[in-house]
Amino acid sequence: MEVLERRACITGIGQSEVGRRLGRDPLGLTLDACLAAIEDAGLTRDRIDGLSTYPGAIGGAPGFTGAGVAEVHDALRLHLDWYGGGIEQPGQLGSVVNACMAVACGLASHVLCFRSVWEGTAQGKGGRAGIGVGGGGGGSPRAAGPLEYALPFRAYSAANWIAMFAQRHFHEYGTTREQMAWIALNARRNAARNPRAIYRDPMTLEDYLAARMISTPFCLYDCDVPVDGATAVVVSRRDAARDLRRKPIGVEAVGTALRGRPSWDQFDDLTTMALRDAGAMLWERTDLRPRDVDVALLYDGFSFISMAWLEALGFCGKGESGPFIAGGERIALDGEIPLNTHGGQLSAGRLHGYGFLHEACVQLWGEGGARQVPGSPEVAVAAAGGGPLGGCLLLTRG
Amino acid sequence: MSEKPFRVLPRVTDQNRHFWTGGAEGKLQFLRCRPCGTWVHPPAPVCPACLSRDLAASAVSGRASVVTVTLNHQPWVPAPDHPYAIAIVEIEEQPGLRLMTNVVNCPPEAVRIGMPVRVVFEPHADVYVPLFEPAGA
Repeated sequence: MEVLERRACITGIGQSEVGRRLGRDPLGLTLDACLAAIEDAGLTRDRIDGLSTYPGAIGGAPGFTGAGVAEVHDALRLHLDWYGGGIEQPGQLGSVVNACMAVACGLASHVLCFRSVWEGTAQGKGGRAGIGVGGGGGGSPRAAGPLEYALPFRAYSAANWIAMFAQRHFHEYGTTREQMAWIALNARRNAARNPRAIYRDPMTLEDYLAARMISTPFCLYDCDVPVDGATAVVVSRRDAARDLRRKPIGVEAVGTALRGRPSWDQFDDLTTMALRDAGAMLWERTDLRPRDVDVALLYDGFSFISMAWLEALGFCGKGESGPFIAGGERIALDGEIPLNTHGGQLSAGRLHGYGFLHEACVQLWGEGGARQVPGSPEVAVAAAGGGPLGGCLLLTRG
Repeated sequence: MSEKPFRVLPRVTDQNRHFWTGGAEGKLQFLRCRPCGTWVHPPAPVCPACLSRDLAASAVSGRASVVTVTLNHQPWVPAPDHPYAIAIVEIEEQPGLRLMTNVVNCPPEAVRIGMPVRVVFEPHADVYVPLFEPAGA
């Protein structure tokens, strides 16, 4: 079997300004990121022939999506041979995998991928919102669709749904809040070295344990911070990337599997999530092993999700993520597997998946500045999604 | 039970009526495959085990155990009773036959994984929300 994603590479990245409440037009933010990525690749917009995004122009929670495919297509007057956007795919980075497939199949040469959010402004000073009533149609205030079996039980937020996975992990493996804290503490430690991060002040274990509870075992610092901002990457076909500005980043393998039930509450193993299958699939497509990875960017919409990814990707054994991260040494910038070097969504802002891919590229190109992983990292993994969503990419320098 | 909290209610349809309204008769009902006996939740038109379309609503005992639990402290919706316990419980009749619910009629801090619970219904309009309380209560 040819691993077709190896025909794809990443040739440019871009990010808009990122802030808690920028009050800016979300399409404008999106275009800032898109144009930056095109320029970074050494391309011009007339050479972009593919467009891909997550989740596209849907409804959903306030600020959840800043622009759809059609808006970006039209604003930039692109001439596309392939495009797609949607929420029913292997997490946020599923849209990047789709782009890899499009270039590998020859449907396009340079696919612009983007994710844009404006949850900070949309939620306003009222703070983070719960998920609204799903289903729509008919003006009924009643729940239907995927949330029908959550909302009537006052489970309004992914904080509640993911907390139950974490609590089951705590129960089966003896994981503790003092261990889980290190996802947040490590993120904050790294954010202090990232001038673009949202929260950069030092945080101690005592600060973490004193924070107000959201949904046990999650306190405030286990939950990512809603922001406004957009991220874009250009996925190119390798043979179309030779004349570009940067040395391309290789796509070694992707993970898109979901072999269990696609559900927040019906998944077979409640100590892990869909990402278990995506992680397993990634290693089925490469001879590289977890020990070959130099830096890991693992989704932390809630802290526990990073722990589940660490296990799913084999950086530690099943159930062992608590002791693995405790003390924060193994996951530090100079540790055995540096984790979320930009500060993750917990401290650098909820750019919703794409921030991890962006940072993986920054690290592989050696442009991390004060937060650069020492020793010139050659292999990175970027993974996004929790609950029933999960997708990941293994990336190589050159 | 003390004062009822606000709940977003489900839209009752021909497919889910047995689940959301069975409490009117004190019954917790799920679809069950007649040929192979598999319980199915959420409702679906085919049995996931044998693909039969011969499914019918059937009552379970209402006995279950807590698989996982979280105490919600965040006031997503104003309510007088924070924190409250959101749990996933597994119904005694079949491994993996689960639902999200609330455990009530005990202090939320007393809810433990593995704890035996039994169904109790909270009526709201035409909907009888299936909640669970400690089996020893």
